[in-house]
Amino acid sequence: MCLAVPGRIVELTREDDLRFGKVEFGGVRRSVCLEHVPDAQVGDYVLVHVGFALAQLDEAEALRELAFLASLGELEDA
Amino acid sequence: MRFIDEYRDAEHARSLVRAIARATTRRWTLMEVCGGQTHTIVKYGLDRLLPPELELLHGPGCPVCVTPLEMVDRAHAIAARPDVIFCSFGDMLRVPGTRGDLLRHKAQGGDIRVVYSPLDAVKLAAATPGKRVVFFAIGFETTAPANAMAVWLARRDRIANFSLLVSHVLAPPAITSILQASGNRVQAFLGPGHVCAVMGTQDYEPIARRYRVPIVVTGFEPVDLLEGVLRAVRQLEAGTHTVENQYARVVREAGNAASRKLIDEVFEVCDRSWRGIGTLPASGLRLRPAYRDHDAEHLFEIAAVSAGEPRACISGQILRGEKKPTDCAAFGVACTPETPLGATMVSSEGACSAYYLYRGRDA
Amino acid sequence: MRDPPGCPVPAAGYDHIVLGHGSGGRLAADLLRRVFLPAFDGATLARLEDQATLPIAAGRLAFTTDAFVVRPLFFPGGDIGKLAVHGTINDLAVGGAVPRWLSAAFILEEGLPIADLRRVVASMREACGEAGVELVAGDTKVVERGKGDRVFITTSGIGTVAADRQLSIAGARPGDRLIVSGTLGDHGIAILAARGDLALDTVLASDTQPLADLCHAMLEACPSIRCMRDPTRGGLSSALHELAAASGVSVRIEEAALPVRDEVRGACELLGFDPLYIACEGRLVVAVPPGDADRLLAVMRAHPRAAGAAIVGELTAGHPGRVVLRTRIGGDRIVALLAGEQLPRIC
Repeated sequence: MCLAVPGRIVELTREDDLRFGKVEFGGVRRSVCLEHVPDAQVGDYVLVHVGFALAQLDEAEALRELAFLASLGELEDA
Repeated sequence: MRFIDEYRDAEHARSLVRAIARATTRRWTLMEVCGGQTHTIVKYGLDRLLPPELELLHGPGCPVCVTPLEMVDRAHAIAARPDVIFCSFGDMLRVPGTRGDLLRHKAQGGDIRVVYSPLDAVKLAAATPGKRVVFFAIGFETTAPANAMAVWLARRDRIANFSLLVSHVLAPPAITSILQASGNRVQAFLGPGHVCAVMGTQDYEPIARRYRVPIVVTGFEPVDLLEGVLRAVRQLEAGTHTVENQYARVVREAGNAASRKLIDEVFEVCDRSWRGIGTLPASGLRLRPAYRDHDAEHLFEIAAVSAGEPRACISGQILRGEKKPTDCAAFGVACTPETPLGATMVSSEGACSAYYLYRGRDA
Repeated sequence: MRDPPGCPVPAAGYDHIVLGHGSGGRLAADLLRRVFLPAFDGATLARLEDQATLPIAAGRLAFTTDAFVVRPLFFPGGDIGKLAVHGTINDLAVGGAVPRWLSAAFILEEGLPIADLRRVVASMREACGEAGVELVAGDTKVVERGKGDRVFITTSGIGTVAADRQLSIAGARPGDRLIVSGTLGDHGIAILAARGDLALDTVLASDTQPLADLCHAMLEACPSIRCMRDPTRGGLSSALHELAAASGVSVRIEEAALPVRDEVRGACELLGFDPLYIACEGRLVVAVPPGDADRLLAVMRAHPRAAGAAIVGELTAGHPGRVVLRTRIGGDRIVALLAGEQLPRIC
């Protein structure tokens, strides 16, 4: 289940008196409901499923994971 | 694309495959819960990259596949009404009911529209007051916040002609039912990453403890899945059985508090029938009584029409991981994406569809 | 008194198509005189015979027919008229023909604004002029409101083919390389966005363009080209399947080599689509012997209509008809021929 895609907030807006935003996915933009990611700002990445942001991407965690993956490579060279 | 390409990186994938091979010393059976994870595994051939000791079983996390036949028939009956605009995610359009699918009903004159978001359906309802707009609200917990927001908005703004036909299912009871089945071989789970983005990981702790299975909450890209497998195998080899979070860039332990609050306000837990599996207690969501005026199940009187499933279809066994699509005599013969016998061949996440699309009829 | 070409107010007083415009009487004659003839001011059409009689030299003719239905009629990068002209020209060009003459039959829905029809026709005129083809025959019928999607256009096209031209989709061989002339899926996503149902916001334009000059340049530079196809509905996948089946070979393509614009990628990720199945309208896929592939690629990249060309795969023996993709991470998977349309999915 659950095709959800990370996109970058390019503009904050309001629709139906709710927190919305224009989110960019590789050059295509769509209006997304940001009501449940109240701390996400322009430039942040959010995970979007059916026009709704479920979570904000945690860049620090992403870096941590990429470092873990890089270290796997190093383990082999050792 | 950022946060996608890194997780499709060939180098990372290769080092993970090698690390998995180093870590594996005996046979283990793992199950990925989510249909989207199955899709990625088959699409990238990940199962074929793993050492032969590891077996990956495909789980029941395909909400399209498990929507009960009676609910599909009910949807078709509502969609056929001339006063209704029936809105649905694209996934449901080819799911066979007792009398054809939504596409066939569309050809016969039903006003059936594919929408990307339930919020679009509410907008449509506001713009077409002369029609009753019904949205087919299927999905796991991942889709619940959007569906909840749609009906919450309709209630707030008194959009009386909007209703939801709800068939939500919950992931933890599905996992428990797999573990409780006699003959269960699953020793570790790759948990549903997007469900957990909403609900958090806490519900899985008691399951891991009680059944002594590692549960690694995993994402959906090939690198995520390989990393999930690595973490699961390491736990199995070490004899531990905890809940681990591979998908930490998106999943927090407590999930999304605002989403959980809205889901709780709009929905309540109920028993649900899972197509191919049967009724699981406390495994679904339905609208609370306060939302009765927007509940299509109450608003539309539909006589039951459901016949049984075609005999040749073994979707249930596939959803429980007991059989693979290639074990089915009808696979690729009587049952193809053009002429599906069951939902697992229709849904883009169903195991049968994935095998057929990416491996061919001689998979 | 004759209206100047392009005058938006017909003296008959109708600004929308009515059933009478298709009935062969005064209204139909008016439409012909005011809308179609001024746009296609070729000598042949102006004679208003029931048929066009055309001079041919010795040699062979290529003949094709096509039908065009698109919603919306006007979209970034083009419109139904332009699509009709380009599509017909391209079907001829991929067979090595020089496109010469077109016909166009219009089925118009009652209620269509005549201003829209003028726009479509003007666009076709421009497209014909750019490609050096003449519209020599046409027809108009009108159907009741609700019985047609505003405009349907059916075309046929004739081109001339040199005696020694031997392109055939059945002629490809194991070892041949596959080249695509540019990014995949632009048209399909541009249309999807233009429809508005999915509320996608993008400036992406359709890739519709005439390819006769590109085909000519390619064939001059590289006569060993086995065959060319312009992938349209069903995207690159359908074209590859046709090639694999007709030539009795297997096709193997590299995911990492497929040229896809960011906008198309973004839309596909969001909706759960695969760019391989999304329609193009101004692209070629070519099969060429391995020794000539790099040279042909250079020729294509130097041409303004194929600046984004790329080698995407090759043909192999075994499993005739099968199309295989090597994924970004190194595994193989089959590219199935899709049963129907891709639908946006949540799973």
